[in-house]
Amino acid sequence: MIWETFLLAQREIRRNVLRSSLTILGIVIGVAAVITMVTLGGGATAQVTKDISSLGSNMLLMRPGQGFRGPGGASSTSPMFKMEDVEALSREISGLAAVAPSSNRIIQAIYGNENWSTTVTGTTNAFLEVRNWALTSGRAFTSADTRAGKAVCIIGSTVRKELFGGLDPLGVSIRLQKLSFQVIGVLESKGQSSFGSDQDDVVLIPIIAFQRRIAGNQDVASIYLSAKDGVSTEKVKKDVETLMRERRRIGNDQDDDFNVRDLKEIIQALTSSTRVLTALLAAVAAVSLLVGGIGIMNIMLVSVTERTREIGTRLAIGALEKEVLMQFLVEAVVLSCFGGIIGIILGLSAALAGAHALNIPFLFNLKIVSLAFVFSAAVGVIFGYFPARKAARLNPIEALRHE
Amino acid sequence: MKPSIQTTPQQSTGRDLPDNNPIINVKGVTKVYGTGSAAMAALRGVDFFIRQGEFVAVMGPSGSGKSTCMNILGCLDIPSSGQYLFQGADVGRLSRDQRALLRRNFLGFVFQGFNLLNRTSALENVELPLIYRGTPIAERKEQAKEALRSVGLSGWESHTPGELSGGQQQRVAIARAIVTHPRVLLADEPTGNLDSARSREIMELLTVFNREMGITIIMVTHESDMAAYAGRQIHFLDGVIANGDEPERRQP
Ligand SMILES: Nc1ncnc2c1ncn2[C@@H]1O[C@H](COP(=O)(O)OP(=O)(O)OP(=O)(O)O)[C@@H](O)[C@H]1O
Ligand SMILES: [Mg+2]
Repeated sequence: MIWETFLLAQREIRRNVLRSSLTILGIVIGVAAVITMVTLGGGATAQVTKDISSLGSNMLLMRPGQGFRGPGGASSTSPMFKMEDVEALSREISGLAAVAPSSNRIIQAIYGNENWSTTVTGTTNAFLEVRNWALTSGRAFTSADTRAGKAVCIIGSTVRKELFGGLDPLGVSIRLQKLSFQVIGVLESKGQSSFGSDQDDVVLIPIIAFQRRIAGNQDVASIYLSAKDGVSTEKVKKDVETLMRERRRIGNDQDDDFNVRDLKEIIQALTSSTRVLTALLAAVAAVSLLVGGIGIMNIMLVSVTERTREIGTRLAIGALEKEVLMQFLVEAVVLSCFGGIIGIILGLSAALAGAHALNIPFLFNLKIVSLAFVFSAAVGVIFGYFPARKAARLNPIEALRHE
Repeated sequence: MKPSIQTTPQQSTGRDLPDNNPIINVKGVTKVYGTGSAAMAALRGVDFFIRQGEFVAVMGPSGSGKSTCMNILGCLDIPSSGQYLFQGADVGRLSRDQRALLRRNFLGFVFQGFNLLNRTSALENVELPLIYRGTPIAERKEQAKEALRSVGLSGWESHTPGELSGGQQQRVAIARAIVTHPRVLLADEPTGNLDSARSREIMELLTVFNREMGITIIMVTHESDMAAYAGRQIHFLDGVIANGDEPERRQP
């Protein structure tokens, strides 16, 4: 009987394809929107989390100024760090595995006829350690390179490609601001970061060389720190802050004029913002399902009126109240589930296309797909019940006389 | 005390009813529509009985209560007062679902307006009562085809009502009514929408089903030509039965 009811329902639905399609549009759109957004959101979060952990494990970033200004900016009013700070940190804080100074400037790199604008970073080998970055060829800085600030550089894979094409860059000199730097190593590729910047578009030179030959000062713009395995980044962060307050002579009643950020905090901030987004989406979904449900209720009421004589005939023939109820309820549920399935298919296709376009992974989220399906079925039951009951309770005599 | 209800053929002792025990027994039935000053008595005390296997024509002027009475006989409605005994069960005391089961298992209906399902093939229309009876699909198709054959519509199984003439539609409706081998077939002006040649075809079919399958037939008609096919006539006038000369009007 239930199978008969199901067949009957899908036949009724097919009988009026255009009307049925318009009826389920609300549910289709609602479900598709939610599936797309949640799937893309999941992919983006996964990508960002992966990118951030690829920056280096247990990494902390210290910058002058009070707020975190993102990878590009630094405060102009707070004093910069010095190499002495870097040395003091690595000497006095036992929980640190590596301390790397970093100062950047965008500079034209020239080799032969090729020139390429790139980020030149003055740093030490500790940078490679903190960022978890290996070389594909050549070598890192020697201690002599670092101490004396020799004119040597390690280039990222993008710079290598732009300046050298297929040629071997090792031992060759490139020009940075009229100065000649010999290429001693090539970094492995890290690819695009989720913030959209190309991490491989970089040239590393010894920090002393950067200060003397490029910046013309003794400043260190930011300091990368990494905690030793098994040491909590929270503790390291506290130690670093205490030491830096001392070194920068900040009184007890004064605010820090520098900030130390833990990458975990950034990940947490991102995940919590995704959570807010998810809640927002859930609200949108609820509204669109409500609208879709009302659409279904409306069309079912129309259908009951149109088919009053049919219902009268069925009742006269001996259909029970609950059988007529089931017939219309199943029809509503089949409609709404159909809407849900189409929505899921559309949503997943859109998410797949979107993930491809945004270059983020496509993560199939079974939980949200099943949830969307269950919800669309529930919409059919809830909004189909009233029209179905109306049909079942019709007086057969009056229904038969209906025009 | 609960009335003894026979809503399924298995429980029924219908066939074994002694001859003097009529399948339909109407005792002092009234039907009042509306309440208060708008109250309107469509039936004002009707008594008659019908035995298994009879073919009865119900006649009378418009508004005399024929359809009202048929609705009660068909267990679609209940009397305002009096008693309607169908196979001994007091229908007025049955629930809506129990009456539906009586219709499903013992009654067949033919309407003036055919009342076939639109855009549904003749075969599927005829199958409908069997679906509610839970007849397995293969058996159902077989019985529906057989019923269509018995009304002379072999080969028209896949046609929808829109593709059939009025006479053919009514024959599909008759096939639908008799496919379950009902005890009683109720027809309210079955030829009201048909020309006289078509009407005679329908009457001949009804006569065959009455004679060969032993189906009790109660038919409302305005035309004495059609009523002549019946074995007996009941005349309504103003909500009461007018043909007092019929001996069977009285309770046995
Ligand atoms: N649902 C109803 N509500 C109110 N009055 C009704 C209702 N059904 C029938 N009546 C009234 O009851 C009376 C009998 O109606 P009924 O339909 O039984 O007549 P009939 O003999 O079948 O007439 P016809 O030959 O025109 O079909 C009429 O006066 C009609 O107006
Ligand atoms: Mg009538």
